Amino acid sequence: MTQDTQAGVLGVQKKKSTSAFTRVARFMGIRAITLFFTVVIGVYTTILIANMGGYVDTIMRNDIRERVNQRVAASTANQNISAETRRQMADELIALEEKRLGLNTPFAIRSFRYLTDALQLELGRAQNMVSDNGSRTVRNIILERLPATLLLMGTSQLFLFFFSVFIALTLSRAYGSFWDKMVITLSPTSAAPSWFYGIFFILLFAAVFKILPFGGMVDAPVPDNKFDYILNVLKHLILPASSLIISSLFLSIYNWRTFFLIYSSEDYVDMAKAKGLPSRDIERRYILRPTLPTIITNFALLVIGLWTGAIITETVFLWPGLGRTLFRAIGFFDTPVIVGSTIIYAYLLAITVFLLDFVYVLVDPRVKVGGGK
Amino acid sequence: MKNLKKNFAEISRYPSAVFGLFIIFLLVALAIFAVIKIPYSEAVRLWRGGEDVWYMNPKNVPPAWFNTFRKTKLPESFAIKGGEEGFTKTVTPSSPDTAAIDFEYAFDFNYDVYPQELMLYFTSTYQSKNPFVSIYLITPDGEEIRIGDLGISARQTFRFSQDEKLIKRLVREKRNDDPMLGLFSVPETDPPVPQKGSYKLVVNGQTFEADSDINVEFVFHGQSYGLAGTDHARRDLMVALLWGAPIALAFGLLAALATSILSMAIAAIGAWFGGWLDELIQRITEVNLVLPFLAVLIMVGTFYSTSIWTILGVTILLSIFTGAVKSYRAVFLQVKESTYIEAAKAYGASNFRIIFFYLIPRMIPLLIPTLVSAVPAYVFLEASLALLGLGDPVLPTWGKVINDAQSNGALYKGYYYWILEPAVLLMVTGLGFAMLGFALDRIFNPRLRGI
Repeated sequence: MTQDTQAGVLGVQKKKSTSAFTRVARFMGIRAITLFFTVVIGVYTTILIANMGGYVDTIMRNDIRERVNQRVAASTANQNISAETRRQMADELIALEEKRLGLNTPFAIRSFRYLTDALQLELGRAQNMVSDNGSRTVRNIILERLPATLLLMGTSQLFLFFFSVFIALTLSRAYGSFWDKMVITLSPTSAAPSWFYGIFFILLFAAVFKILPFGGMVDAPVPDNKFDYILNVLKHLILPASSLIISSLFLSIYNWRTFFLIYSSEDYVDMAKAKGLPSRDIERRYILRPTLPTIITNFALLVIGLWTGAIITETVFLWPGLGRTLFRAIGFFDTPVIVGSTIIYAYLLAITVFLLDFVYVLVDPRVKVGGGK
Repeated sequence: MKNLKKNFAEISRYPSAVFGLFIIFLLVALAIFAVIKIPYSEAVRLWRGGEDVWYMNPKNVPPAWFNTFRKTKLPESFAIKGGEEGFTKTVTPSSPDTAAIDFEYAFDFNYDVYPQELMLYFTSTYQSKNPFVSIYLITPDGEEIRIGDLGISARQTFRFSQDEKLIKRLVREKRNDDPMLGLFSVPETDPPVPQKGSYKLVVNGQTFEADSDINVEFVFHGQSYGLAGTDHARRDLMVALLWGAPIALAFGLLAALATSILSMAIAAIGAWFGGWLDELIQRITEVNLVLPFLAVLIMVGTFYSTSIWTILGVTILLSIFTGAVKSYRAVFLQVKESTYIEAAKAYGASNFRIIFFYLIPRMIPLLIPTLVSAVPAYVFLEASLALLGLGDPVLPTWGKVINDAQSNGALYKGYYYWILEPAVLLMVTGLGFAMLGFALDRIFNPRLRGI
């Protein structure tokens, strides 16, 4: 402590330029390392959970044994063979299948192999799942479903974000008005998740009025015309997207509005008003500017959140997205797919958090990189 | 005490808070009523008992009160045993060994829709000679239709619409070949029109041994049932709707209470001791952010156990180290520097005393709104997992009813009541807590009060 202050006093002129660089570099290094370890531990925990402490291995072993025994018993070619040879044959097949799934190595070793592969983004091959075009690689399984999820989540979340920020800004100016009170009154409706609204929407628009499809992404004979295809997908998109939007719209507006209101009660905003600046300028320069870090953080987290998909909404609407794939992977005990989905999210999150520190500096001159916690 | 009174007076100024409190009060009352009316074991028996418990109920029918709002009235279901009021049983011995046992039951049918099914459950006692019964139905216009003649064993079921002989006889008499339409229509109408009025069921039994006896239960499967209707397995939905309340409340409240208190305590400990402990707590929070919350819950449900208590435990475990720890910690770091903590340190208060008696009580205003607002999320979480087929294997919950309805295509087939009943209850629960939570947030956080 005393040494630091002494050094500071002595080299106060010279240190300024060099220390800024070392400080940033040091901060970046420490940040990157902690984030990397966070990812490692997070992914390894997921691997452990996906295996339930060896429990899933037992399930899979029993599953294989039953399947192979049935196949051997059912095969007519084996009928003349003695029971002893047949059992031997079954055992060989079981051993082979266990080797294919990696069950012959102990889980402790296998888990680290999963981890190192995942960290290098070598997603490997799925154990039981197959992509729609017949591929077994996790990469293809995930890539195949990515567009559907991006379409659904992208449309709904981006609309939700920009719409609620825009409305919230307008409302924060008209605070206490009818619409403002309306939003406050309606905000508890966000207590219900999107699948819940989804069921109501299906009931209304698909079952009673019969104007929109129950679910899926495209009609059964796929339209061959590209234009018709897009229209058809859009028609299927309306209900899931709007249930995702409605379920968080009012709370989102309410939160942003409260947030903006807190910032617009700052003294410098009153000062600007007193100066007689036009309200657009006040909004842009004095309200949006200081709130920009928060807006950017929220937006960045939203964008990476798209990756996870919406497991339940996709299930209710039979939307062929990543969320449903993850759910199916869990049902198939398919660790590589589960880990693949997790590692990509973890990396995206870590990179975003890392980059956000620098973005803050760019948009807010008051913030310094590594300038205290 | 004074403070509590003041807060309560404050709450009564917010109509939404009063409304929310009212809903919560009703739910608690409903939950207590459910637990007292249908004890746990009875609820499980009614929900999972099998065909023996449900045989009296029709399949997939809406609640009986639908008739109030319908033009075409749906027949109500009933079941009555021979010998009970209205269902007369007369025994007339004809010789030392034989006796005639006759049953008669008159019932009104003033509906516009045909019943789903009529059934007779016979039970009899005999040594070696089976008793014999003849069944007749007398329609309002006085016509007597022979339903069937059969020798009965100890337990015998007669289903009207599955009896081939009855169908043949109805066709011969130029009636509709669907027994329900054939028996309950005005003769020779096309399309068939239900015949309203008083019907009479007559069962003439004959026994051939001294101690032989016949008993019968008449089960009328209408097109509506009870207060909540039934599902695909003939279960009375009322059981699940009633029992859903205590389960939803218990799950939501326990999860919300445990997570908010634990994360607050952990944040306080971290902020107070600082150093490596604080650092560790921060890192755990970050690792937890990487874990896919719902996916982990689904994995636990799929691989390990779908018991609601296991799921509750895992939910709490995953929800302790979240952003809440960070925001509580930030406030604790400020509070830690205040003079009254300094004073406590000066008089030698222990760490434990400072954390639990000085730091945490300061945060209760922040804790209560968060706690109340968190309840709906957990109530819906339970329903969400049930919707994915990971509901508790034994207990009837609202989410499981929605799941059953979804997987049996309730929306396609038009059984809207099946989904709407649990959904409305879920929505009301969610709204009640959310509204109260919002109002409390404004009361306890003065920063928001003006806004």
